[in-house]
Amino acid sequence: MSTEGLWRSSAAALAARVRAGDVSAVDAAESGWAGPAKLWEADVHAVAHTDAATRRANAESTSRAGALAGVPVLIKDNLCTTEFPTTCCSRILAGYRSPFDATVVRRLREAGAVIVGKANMDEFAMGSSTEYSCYGPTRNPHDVSRVPGGSSGGAAAAVAYGLVPVALGSDTGGSVRQPAAFCGVLGLKPTYGRFSRYGLVAFGSSLDQVGVFARHVEDVALTYAALAGPDPFDATMRLGAAPDVGRFDSGVEGLRFGWPAGLWAAGVDPGIVEALERSATSLERAGANRVPLEFMPGEYGVAAYYLVATAEASSNLARFDGVRYGFRHPGADDVLSMHAKTRSEGFGAEVRRRILLGTYALSSGYYEAYYLKAQRARTRIREEYAQAFSRCDALLMPTTPTLPFRIGEKSEDPLAMYLSDIFTIGANLAGIPGLSVPAGLGAGDLPIGVQLLGPEDSEPNLLRLARALEAGGDRARMGREHETEVAWPSRR
Amino acid sequence: MALEAVIGLECHIQLRTNTKMFCSCPIEFGAAANTLVCPVCLGLPGSLPRLNEAAADMALRLALALDCRIRERSVFARKHYFYPDMPKNYQITQYDRPYCEGGSVPVQIEGVTRRFELTRIHCEEDAGKTFHPERISDRRRSRVDYNRAGVPLLELVTEPVFRTAAECSAFLTVLRKLVRTLAISGGDMEKGQLRCDANVSLREAGHDGLGTKTEIKNLNTIKGVERGVEAEIERQRRLIAAGDRVVQATLLYDADADRLAVMRTKEHAHDYRYFPDPDLPILTLAPERIEAVRRSLPELPWQRESRLAEQYGLPAYDAAVLSEPRELADYYEAVAGASDGKLASNWLMTEVLRVLKEREWSLEQWVAQVPATRMAAFLARVASRQLPGPLAKQVFAWMLEEPGDVESLLSAHNVAVQSSAESLEPLVRSVMEENAKVVEDLLAGREAAFGFLVGQVMRKSGGQAVPQTVQQLLRAALDARAAGG
Repeated sequence: MSTEGLWRSSAAALAARVRAGDVSAVDAAESGWAGPAKLWEADVHAVAHTDAATRRANAESTSRAGALAGVPVLIKDNLCTTEFPTTCCSRILAGYRSPFDATVVRRLREAGAVIVGKANMDEFAMGSSTEYSCYGPTRNPHDVSRVPGGSSGGAAAAVAYGLVPVALGSDTGGSVRQPAAFCGVLGLKPTYGRFSRYGLVAFGSSLDQVGVFARHVEDVALTYAALAGPDPFDATMRLGAAPDVGRFDSGVEGLRFGWPAGLWAAGVDPGIVEALERSATSLERAGANRVPLEFMPGEYGVAAYYLVATAEASSNLARFDGVRYGFRHPGADDVLSMHAKTRSEGFGAEVRRRILLGTYALSSGYYEAYYLKAQRARTRIREEYAQAFSRCDALLMPTTPTLPFRIGEKSEDPLAMYLSDIFTIGANLAGIPGLSVPAGLGAGDLPIGVQLLGPEDSEPNLLRLARALEAGGDRARMGREHETEVAWPSRR
Repeated sequence: MALEAVIGLECHIQLRTNTKMFCSCPIEFGAAANTLVCPVCLGLPGSLPRLNEAAADMALRLALALDCRIRERSVFARKHYFYPDMPKNYQITQYDRPYCEGGSVPVQIEGVTRRFELTRIHCEEDAGKTFHPERISDRRRSRVDYNRAGVPLLELVTEPVFRTAAECSAFLTVLRKLVRTLAISGGDMEKGQLRCDANVSLREAGHDGLGTKTEIKNLNTIKGVERGVEAEIERQRRLIAAGDRVVQATLLYDADADRLAVMRTKEHAHDYRYFPDPDLPILTLAPERIEAVRRSLPELPWQRESRLAEQYGLPAYDAAVLSEPRELADYYEAVAGASDGKLASNWLMTEVLRVLKEREWSLEQWVAQVPATRMAAFLARVASRQLPGPLAKQVFAWMLEEPGDVESLLSAHNVAVQSSAESLEPLVRSVMEENAKVVEDLLAGREAAFGFLVGQVMRKSGGQAVPQTVQQLLRAALDARAAGG
């Protein structure tokens, strides 16, 4: 049977064919490299670490029985894998190889998935454009002069151009949802504590969640089902079984989606506003009810977020000191100067900036004014979301205020970059799930994403709503496949 | 100006859990370097801590034994400083919400019970060990062993309640006894299982304020604590006497040289940037769990001490000696229960402890040779006055070398205890004949001479006569003489 075009398959369809013995795991896993990678990868640069021999070895040793049998999955480079380096795209972890797999990686393998490499990212997940990688930027396959979003830009771009049907990223303030929107794919940040963080190199521990990229709602559901659930290695996990997402295709009749239109009254790209209206209409047609509400979550969200995230980061990144692993500056003659030189040269400018910010926020005399106040703001924001969810099952809102921006446009302006997270950080501060869903193309044929947010453990509802949007077919560009339409990027 | 010292102690107690505080690496003293490590205690990227509940239960045991106030919801915090033996460059500890506060340690000093108050106890993880420096072809190198990294510790902080170095060492002796009784730590200072820093300052006697304090580290034995504190009090006293100022500093005590050296002064004080560890949930100690641990507490050393004194009628000093270590107290009670409390105490305090010291025997070795039942049977013979004193000591000495009960030891050594009238009457007769003058004195009312005659009969028997029998026979013979007149 021909393996040409296999790369267009959903993970679900691919796994079914591998299980049936119709396609070999090696062919399935290599389909992206045999096809679109030849056209795209040199320009897009989605992948940080891979090699054909390791991919083949992984594919040959995988189980042919699991829900993700033979499905190639690209892993963000801040998730530990034993066979590929784990560097967080930072010089300070040059050549580092983890002796253990992240729990989510282990669960992927148990489900039959084939780990095919590590995705490019902003160094230590700090950024919104994937420009701050020590390996150079990733570009948006829809327009290679533009950024793919970040920090999980490599994973998003790879799924968008067809290298893999599923990729894992991490989302501390929007790092899965924002690049998903910029690249025209689905991006799920689960409820805090649903995916194990064991093996995710920590950035902001109380905000970090592993997330999923895919082109099909069914694939998001499959991956969620394979990964979610308690892990004794992560003490911050939710107790009890994860909710069942198997009925994502059961319709949205009677579901209420909140419509906080005040949020996009100003400062949001008009194409995105139109896409929101189209999405809302589509959901209503499918039987869901629109609940207009006043909701301005987190007036202080960005400020609170950047205090909590940087404070935790300054602590989490203290361990990178050149003593035990990774880069060590060769020109030091005592421990102190080794620490200082290693960290000054090993970390990039943005990481150094955030470590300094966080160190300052935790310093004696400033702790109450910054970190504690930010935590109080966070409690308020959580309450505001809870209040909104007393009136609706989910919120429909923009994922980003803008379309993908140009490479270099914001990389020298940290504040402008930080503000591109304005709609996504709330979910991290509140610990609730968020799903960015493709909603057609805007000016310049650039992808648009809309975001669904729900209360804790509302992933089943978010996926039902996303499925309704997907079936509504407001994203058509390229051929039909598996009854859903995918906006493949066109070569420009 | 009369000066008095004000001393506070900070003690680190290494818990003897099977595994480390936040991972499942085993804990062993003296294993090859870096063999008891895993991604968690090495702080590798992506690893996360998970609490060893056994450590929390041990922490509770200590807090409940000392009547501390338990905080039902306590918080783990990160304490930051860069040092190569700290795998994450922060230590997981407790800061503003420790699991317990208050409480006190009762310590007997010169017959009076003093209660030394505690500020708090909290849980934290230990760091690795750094070995400095070694020359490898022109470069100085330090090496780090992370086996100890992540071993659970309790930090116990006292109020500044001590006035003398001797009080400090008495306190530590009780604390060591307690952690062993609670089975939460080996308490061996030389192995670092119990460590102690002391804060010392001087002030005008009777005043309330506190002078500038110094902290002494590296106090590795109870004796070392006493001598280090003593030396620091003396150093500060001389400084003040010379009109100088005490500078806030951290000092290292060198036990070999009995000397203090300044490690750092206040200018290098750290900003530890404490904040709650986001990787660990709040440590919840529910009332049911607290009660379960409370019920499982053994009798505490000071409780046992006072019970021993009361139940067996022992003087306070004997009760204190016999209550530590626990194995000695158990042995004592087993022996005393089957013989006589006071007699058992006398024999253990004088004879048994002397033998342990002279022969450098452990209590275990002693118990193997003289189990409690054997000792009790022996003391029962002594108590029933079936074994004269000198002979008892002889039998005791044989027991250390040979097996067998008192009877078989006596017969093995061809000793027959003379307790029958038939065997002793001839001796009594001959002593009375040889000492006719004394007998007359006695009959004339000089009772004091009676003891002399008993002694003579005992000597004639070669120490094998039972004194009570001798007394009875002598009395009867004298009565007969008086009556027969």
